[in-house]
Amino acid sequence: MKKKFKISRFFVYLFLIVAGFFSVFPFYWMFVMATRPSAAYNSIPPTLTPGEQLVENFQKVLEKTPFFGAMFNTLIVCLVVTLVVLLISSLAGFAFAKFKFPGKNIFFVSILLTMIIPPQLGLIPQYYLVAKFGLLDTLFGAMIIFFLNPLGIFLMRQYISQSVPDELVEAAKLDGCSNFRIFRSVVLPIILPAFATLGIIVFTATWGEFLWQFTVLRDPDMYTIQVALSSMNTTSNVDFGMILSGVFWATIPLVIVFLMFNKLFISSITEGSIK
Amino acid sequence: MAFTRKYRSEETKDKISAYLYISPFFIIFAIIGLYPAIFSLFLAFQKWNGLGEMSFVGLNNFKVVLQDPIFWKALYNTIVMGIMGTAPQIIVGIILAFILNQAYLKFKNTFRAMVFLPYITSMVAVALVFGVFFSNNDTALANYILNIFGMDTVAWKTSEWGAKIAISIMVFWRWIGYNTIIYLAGLQSIPKDLYEAARIDGANTFQQLRYITIPLLKPFIVLTVFFSTVGALQLFTEPTVFLGTQAFSRTEAMTVVMYLYRDAFSLQSFGTGSATAVILLFIIVVASAINTYLTSGIRKKGKGIKS
Repeated sequence: MKKKFKISRFFVYLFLIVAGFFSVFPFYWMFVMATRPSAAYNSIPPTLTPGEQLVENFQKVLEKTPFFGAMFNTLIVCLVVTLVVLLISSLAGFAFAKFKFPGKNIFFVSILLTMIIPPQLGLIPQYYLVAKFGLLDTLFGAMIIFFLNPLGIFLMRQYISQSVPDELVEAAKLDGCSNFRIFRSVVLPIILPAFATLGIIVFTATWGEFLWQFTVLRDPDMYTIQVALSSMNTTSNVDFGMILSGVFWATIPLVIVFLMFNKLFISSITEGSIK
Repeated sequence: MAFTRKYRSEETKDKISAYLYISPFFIIFAIIGLYPAIFSLFLAFQKWNGLGEMSFVGLNNFKVVLQDPIFWKALYNTIVMGIMGTAPQIIVGIILAFILNQAYLKFKNTFRAMVFLPYITSMVAVALVFGVFFSNNDTALANYILNIFGMDTVAWKTSEWGAKIAISIMVFWRWIGYNTIIYLAGLQSIPKDLYEAARIDGANTFQQLRYITIPLLKPFIVLTVFFSTVGALQLFTEPTVFLGTQAFSRTEAMTVVMYLYRDAFSLQSFGTGSATAVILLFIIVVASAINTYLTSGIRKKGKGIKS
């Protein structure tokens, strides 16, 4: 009996190692290709060890696309979207958690209902609107549709009603605090952990966003990193070493941040989808 | 809150504050959510190239789209790739989560982080990396591996099943960690003494999985199935980036959203594009309804077995 148990454990570890290998191998392979000339791709047997072209390939990326500009644009888009969503969500969450007002439930349910509308339904009119206001090829145009985040309001309402005691709000009120002052000085310090959760969800999602930015950004100087990366793949004579070099350098910052905060990342994703 | 009753003016102030605090969402929603959605419904009945005059054409746009074989091909592709990309995730995700939840497991956090790692890469990055892995060349790594096993080279980007399989594998690879983490959270909510009681009763691992894990995990499975269905119907980035220049000129992996995008932004036919968007909305609503119906049915059955 005991021996049989050990064998099953062996298979469990084997399964995990295989799964882990498949998860990590593309990252390693991306690194290998980013250090090799494009010709290495055609070699048989395949090249599986890093070469010396790490810098050369990246220089080719820089010639082809404004890589750092695109990274900077993405960072701006992600930071602004995250801050705006945090602000809108926490204020609305505070209102739904701690205030009584007519129509509260209807408003809350209608926020949840907006989640059902697929983003593609509005794509054409949104594009038209953004074009009409002269926001094509601007970062504001690239970020505006992501300010809407019903999930954020839902999470914040949940968190505020659980972790901010009514008594605290009442006491602050008796001390003569205005509602906004209560939000800033009482609620905000308590909900910082929820900010981390929602912030990670919004930031990662915005970082990976493609369809909208692909639609509204045509000027290479305004590209976000995803649009810049995809643009490398559209010429007929593609340089694989260059493409994977671009992908590698665009991915590695996120991987490092993830490895440093992986527990926080993972708990954010579960909290964000299960609550 | 009771104290507001004492001060009537306080109560009014609270109401004003509350409306003020929820208003940003509704104002932004009105401009970039509701108005575009209604405008889409309106556009679906117009002929419009985005610049000139609109003209009312009744149901003609829907007729054009529904009579277009490419639309049906796109819908077929979307469903096939949706099923191939997401259904295996449920099975493998549950197995992975079950294993990661074993108390004796060492390096648990390391394995968990490894499996989750693909999720933090962007879909564009995934499509580009897999685009090199699954290229048409004989020397593509994927083809090299096939050749080792004596199979023929596949034209991954231009063949009917090659493109679909490559894209499904990408979707699977990127999302499996996400689903696993959700299932893992579900498993951790199942009390441990249930397993202990089952073990004492002589249930083996498979029976524990069948009679404890799966039924109690059902709400989490329902959640991921819902997300996967809606996500799969909106597939766009992976095939577009994977196919590169050929994305909108070939149909092996064209999805409904790509069809919509092509109509609107390459062919300047905003009317049929909007009609496609409305059809997509309809498909998503129907698919979600079927999902809810099927999963609630399973849930009832599951309860029956348990009691």
